[in-house]
Amino acid sequence: MQIDLLPRERSTATLNLLILFGSLLAGLLAISVVFALSGVNPALAIFSIFKGSFGSWYGIKETVTKAIPLILIGSGLAMAYKAKFWNIGAESQLLVGAIFSTWVGLNWGPHLPAIVLVPLMFLSAFIGGALWGMVPAVLKIRFGINEVISTLMLNYIAAEFVKFLVVGPWKGATKGGYPYTDDLPAAAILKQFPLSRISPVLLSVAVAGALILGWLVYRSRFGYEIRVIGENTHAARYSGINFFRTLVVLMAISGGMAGLAGAGELMSIHHYLSYPDSLSAGYGFTAIIVAWLARLNPSFTIISGLFFAGIIVGGDAIQISMGMPAATVDVFNGMILVFLIMGDFFISHRVRIRRGRTVDA
Amino acid sequence: MDRIQSLEMRGISKSFQDVKANREINLTVSSGEILGLLGENGAGKTTLVNILYGLYHPDDGQILINGEPVRLRSPKDSMRAGIGMIHQHFMLVEKHTVLENIALGYAEAPFLFPQRSLRGRIRELSAQYGLDVDPDKPIWELSAGEQQRVEIIKALSRNADLLIMDEPTSVLTPQETDELFDILRKMTSGGHSVILISHKLEEIMDICNRVMVLRKGQVTGEARIEEVDKGKLAVMMIGRQIAAAYPKTDIDPGDAVLEITGLDVDSDRGLPAVRGLSLVVRRNEILGIAGVSGNGQQELVETITGLRQPLSGSVMMKGVPLDHADARKAHTLGITHVPEERIKYGIVPNLLLYENSVLKRHRDEPFSNWIQMNYAVIKDHAGKLVDGFNVDAPSINIRVKNLSGGNIQKLILGREISGGPDLLIAAHPTYGLDVGATEYVRKQIIELRDKGGAVLLVSEDLDELFMVCDRIAVMFEGRFMGQVTPDSCTIEEIGLMMAGSTLQEA
Amino acid sequence: MLDIIVSVLTRTIIAGTPLLIATLGEIIAERAGILNLGMEGIMSAGAVTGFIIAFTTGNPWLGMLAAILVGMLLSSLHGFVCITLRANQVVSGLALTMLGLGISGLWGKPYIGRPLPQRMPRLDISGLSDIPVLGDIFFNHDWYVYLSVLIGIVIWFLVKHTRMGITLRSVGENPKAAESQGIPVNRVKYLAVMTGGGLAGMAGAFLSTAYSGSWNEGMVAGRGWIVIALTIFALWRPGGAFLGAYLFGGIFVLQFMLQPLGVSPNLLAMLPYLSTLVVLLIYGLSKSGQRRMSAPATLGEPYVRGGR
Repeated sequence: MQIDLLPRERSTATLNLLILFGSLLAGLLAISVVFALSGVNPALAIFSIFKGSFGSWYGIKETVTKAIPLILIGSGLAMAYKAKFWNIGAESQLLVGAIFSTWVGLNWGPHLPAIVLVPLMFLSAFIGGALWGMVPAVLKIRFGINEVISTLMLNYIAAEFVKFLVVGPWKGATKGGYPYTDDLPAAAILKQFPLSRISPVLLSVAVAGALILGWLVYRSRFGYEIRVIGENTHAARYSGINFFRTLVVLMAISGGMAGLAGAGELMSIHHYLSYPDSLSAGYGFTAIIVAWLARLNPSFTIISGLFFAGIIVGGDAIQISMGMPAATVDVFNGMILVFLIMGDFFISHRVRIRRGRTVDA
Repeated sequence: MDRIQSLEMRGISKSFQDVKANREINLTVSSGEILGLLGENGAGKTTLVNILYGLYHPDDGQILINGEPVRLRSPKDSMRAGIGMIHQHFMLVEKHTVLENIALGYAEAPFLFPQRSLRGRIRELSAQYGLDVDPDKPIWELSAGEQQRVEIIKALSRNADLLIMDEPTSVLTPQETDELFDILRKMTSGGHSVILISHKLEEIMDICNRVMVLRKGQVTGEARIEEVDKGKLAVMMIGRQIAAAYPKTDIDPGDAVLEITGLDVDSDRGLPAVRGLSLVVRRNEILGIAGVSGNGQQELVETITGLRQPLSGSVMMKGVPLDHADARKAHTLGITHVPEERIKYGIVPNLLLYENSVLKRHRDEPFSNWIQMNYAVIKDHAGKLVDGFNVDAPSINIRVKNLSGGNIQKLILGREISGGPDLLIAAHPTYGLDVGATEYVRKQIIELRDKGGAVLLVSEDLDELFMVCDRIAVMFEGRFMGQVTPDSCTIEEIGLMMAGSTLQEA
Repeated sequence: MLDIIVSVLTRTIIAGTPLLIATLGEIIAERAGILNLGMEGIMSAGAVTGFIIAFTTGNPWLGMLAAILVGMLLSSLHGFVCITLRANQVVSGLALTMLGLGISGLWGKPYIGRPLPQRMPRLDISGLSDIPVLGDIFFNHDWYVYLSVLIGIVIWFLVKHTRMGITLRSVGENPKAAESQGIPVNRVKYLAVMTGGGLAGMAGAFLSTAYSGSWNEGMVAGRGWIVIALTIFALWRPGGAFLGAYLFGGIFVLQFMLQPLGVSPNLLAMLPYLSTLVVLLIYGLSKSGQRRMSAPATLGEPYVRGGR
């Protein structure tokens, strides 16, 4: 018997969807095995996770709250990955966005009404994230530095810089010994739906952002060029596409979206800049899976963002209800991602099992 | 194992999908002999030697060494049998030294300090065959000729008796070529044998003892070198008869569209590829460029289409200079391009057919404005291309990679022609296409010319050039050997010019 | 003053040890063309496994062995996804990080904060350890420290001076050339990734069974990512790994030493990442520099047999 892996000539939407759900299912199965090996009842744990997130009003509201940054970042990442630009620096693009909007909020905020201040803070966050995102694009095209490495390094540089700010020059006068900046002025704080932490403004920004990015990728001329670069750089050269301009703009948008997420967390949840891990909870990394599950379609991150936000919320819930560690969510995310990329192989390849002697030899 | 006294391939056939790359091929080569394997691109030479090197398995036929049948399942088997191969693109690790490259996978190299103990062996081989090379230099610091010597040493150190060389001179300077031939002569006088793949007639005449000509997967001629001359070889390689020209309306060429004067271009390796070349293409005219590939045609095409920066000279398109590598500018000046490597450059395999139908034209009205692609218009355009250019596709919503080669080429041609370009650059537009598609593509090119377009057609297929072109220029080592009209010239003359004689000599 | 210097240098060597071990592992994997971004996760899984086994058996050596095995197991998953299924190495590596962190959190929960009864013993080299100053700095460590140096030298030798090393490097630089000489390319890649994973697991076990003698979630604390930076900083050379690991380890130590003097520990902590970028930039400025330093040529690309 021999197993052959052959390129798949035709793939249909149904097949792709089937493989997607197959991967998710296989992922859940593998997670169950890990849970069982760790002495946890897998059925109960998985049920509890989804009950914690989608099983109650509170859970749903929390899920939406956490989906917002995931959608913002995930849609920007999906767009970058369409050009095969492996931006894994969203975490720091978020932080730089937060730094920029904090500065605007603290320095100009007291003198401005909300209607001016809020857009200004969003804008500054977008610019901050965009600038930070453009660095790896320039480094790649001008100096041949791999973007995976540079975005990774920039993540740590930005994180340390935020720590430096909140324990040093920006440390709040009103915060006692804590490493926080002062509170943003009231005008900078986004209103929330009653009894929830969801800001309608932020939610609309996220959903609109994902839809606009989806439109950009699939309908705009810019998106067309992104996709040509991602799929065939030779053809992109042949058709006279300007790599530098396209990739720099692309990374400005991708980073800018992450910057918006930073401002959003700041203005609706935290109200002051603090340590990086309390500000972001790894959204920049989780959003990579969000983008992947959305099959790199920015608009679909609205759905996949909700799904992974649910897992985060459910993970928090089982920490309390089942006494499981915070890292449980990582098992979930890691395993699902592994199976998603394994599934990709079967979208592009088919497996043929032949019996008997091979003809070739 | 004994040394190879004789090697025989009997009745070898090999197909890829529906293409028969080799049909019933018989080949023999014996000790001390250099066999030339001649043929155009796609004639099946590379497939044949890859079978010998164990990379492909023949569908039919057998291989005998010293009269004994052998099975060559992998390069390892072939190496063990005494067959060595030097690929056209060297299989060397650029960052490693010569020694390290020779030690790679070499079973006799010791585990510890393999570099140290190999040095003696290399010195021995170098002295014996005149293979001069510094064993401690990294490959990337070596010239192409030196790298080739490393490959030869690599094969010899593994006791190769039969050396297969795939177009060994394509990357060499003339002087390096002479040096290589000296080495080959020394090797054969020591009992080695060589199979030399080439499509350069002169080389075959220079160095080979026998020659075998392949055409479309079959042997079309075999002779001792004394029995043939370059003209005869050209005919064997190209085919005996030139088909009649397509019926074309006689139109006097109009204004000059493209004017090139004194153009110099370097290849990727930094060797001169186009040297002081001048040409003019006018409206209502098809200028063909004949010549074996690797004589600067690719670099010329890339310069005109804005993909390569020329060293000196001028390229004027409708009076506007094209002095920088700028594909966008070439496009806006009305130059379109059917590229030689059509899958690599001409399409985006994973995008849909209609998305590919505007590649490079995607910035033009009415397909897009500054921000938005106008997909309604694009789909309409794609539909027209599919109908108008006979593209056999189930729908315009499929990924282009699912089309056959011929249909991809029709789509590319349609895309490049349909806008009514001032100048079409077509490189090997019918290479690898079936008869029907070939005919169709040629007719479309003629139609463009009739409508007032200028065409520069680069092809190795002389049939095609004779059938389609108004004028033919023969390119050799970056220069034109002469320009002729199809009806005032014989295939022998073209063959001689392809081998480097000027028109007067021919 | 001398006391302080001795203490800084001693602690530098200790802080550099896990970085050295894991960086050597990453170098081996990357030399074969496989980028393994999962080091943080593998080190974490190694730390927890090493701790649990050392805790339950009372033998830190068994803990080390178990950590190596777990590291090899996890990295073989990376290998399967990237080599056999030719998936994206970046994404697979990130998945591995999450998975490793998750599993270690799950398995380590009951052991949080419990001290290890028997840590990895110190190696007393009679005579040497008693030398003043030098003895304190160099000869007063546990087994891991000496093992890491030994492993580093062995790997340097293997990579540079043996046929095996040439094979490994060639597979990452030009797998087609390697295959044409009969090298089983993908098998070499698997072996390299798994060796690298094993070393990362070992580095994790050092943290939990020698360095701190306890397990805590997040105790790897970004060292896995520093390792990725270090691999580049070392220009993929084992010798460079020594230099980089102790340099970066020294920065770790100085963060805390210099804080009272008014130097921001956060700005110091940026240095490893910043200096890696600067190294890349310096080499990236010129074409010959790009060639001299450049990563293994096929790093991150899947290899398709007989493909073009």
